[in-house]
Amino acid sequence: MNLNMTLIGELIAFIVFVIFCMKYVWPPIIGAIEARQAVIADGLAASDRAAKDLELAQEKATAQLKEAKAQAAGIVEAAKKREAQIIEEAAVKAKAEKEKILASGHAEIDTERNQAKEELRQQVAILAVAGAEKILERSIDAAAHSDILDKLVAEL
Amino acid sequence: MSSGAEITSQEYIKHHLTNLSVGEGFMTVHIDTLGWSVFLGLVFIMLFRSVAKKASTGVPGKLQCAVEMIVEFVDDSVKSTFHGKNPVIAPLALTIFVWVLLMNAMDWVPVDLIPRIFELFGVHYMKAVPTTDPNMTFALALGVFVLIIYYSIKVKGIGGFIKELTTQPFGHWSLYPVNFILEMVTLLARPLSLALRLFGNLYAGELIFLLIATIGLFQLPVHFLWAAFHLLVIPLQAFIFMMLTILYLSLAHEDH
Repeated sequence: MNLNMTLIGELIAFIVFVIFCMKYVWPPIIGAIEARQAVIADGLAASDRAAKDLELAQEKATAQLKEAKAQAAGIVEAAKKREAQIIEEAAVKAKAEKEKILASGHAEIDTERNQAKEELRQQVAILAVAGAEKILERSIDAAAHSDILDKLVAEL
Repeated sequence: MSSGAEITSQEYIKHHLTNLSVGEGFMTVHIDTLGWSVFLGLVFIMLFRSVAKKASTGVPGKLQCAVEMIVEFVDDSVKSTFHGKNPVIAPLALTIFVWVLLMNAMDWVPVDLIPRIFELFGVHYMKAVPTTDPNMTFALALGVFVLIIYYSIKVKGIGGFIKELTTQPFGHWSLYPVNFILEMVTLLARPLSLALRLFGNLYAGELIFLLIATIGLFQLPVHFLWAAFHLLVIPLQAFIFMMLTILYLSLAHEDH
């Protein structure tokens, strides 16, 4: 144990190293460590937030998809209803048209038949008068008996 | 023991435990202790300063990671023991821990290697482990002791400090002198135990290394075992010195 001036020298060296460490080594390193810790904590918090946001967005997307599906189903339903309506309307219109065409056809037929009847009746009357004239040429005076013939024609 | 058969093992050991010194009596200066300790202190300061200059909050490099690990370890040790606010204690603890660790680590260097190299340059004595010199360990302990006294007075006031030294453990006024003696012993035992513990462990370790070096060929496995054992001793002694420093300083801050 020989203590001597070395001790004083070492003491000075010790003090110098501690002061240097205190001024130029410790603060920047611990500062960087603490700043990085803060950055990491922020990053973790942000990632937590992002995960929550993602979950929320997914929920929203699911809800929207559901709504869209419901809307699509509604549209299809309405379209089907409209289709049925259009078909029905068309059927009704076609029926009415058919009735109309039928009615007009009947009317035309009736008219034509009446005309034909009239013509026929007149021709028969003429024929009858001609036949009667031939039979009664000699005995019947056309002028005297025309009223009877007219009556006959009207009855046919 | 390669220096020839003309010297005995006793002389060999004694030679290796002699410091390279200049001066006489109290004015003696151990050049080797001073040189190696300042060199290792500069290694510590340069290494940590180079990291401190480039310290960024981004992704740290490997060196920065290693340095930050040590700094955080010291910071945790300080925070777990010392609860006040003091800008000196943490850097002090870091300096003590790394510096003592580096000086202790010189113990791993084979005992003949450094003296041999210096002998080539005509330097005949070279003790390369500064912590095996009591001057080194007492200097550290004295520095810590001054801080203990300084903070005791600063925190408690001179009256408070004297009161602490005299009014306990016995409460009666007639026993105050006894209290004072007991407290003085406690106070002085702190730097003394700090210095002697570090010196004793490292000096004994070095001595065993030297003894092992004298046993011939078998020294190789034995040396290996002893060096492996020092994997524990070297960081442990550095850690104990740092921890006790923090503890003593936190006790100095406690106001009763």
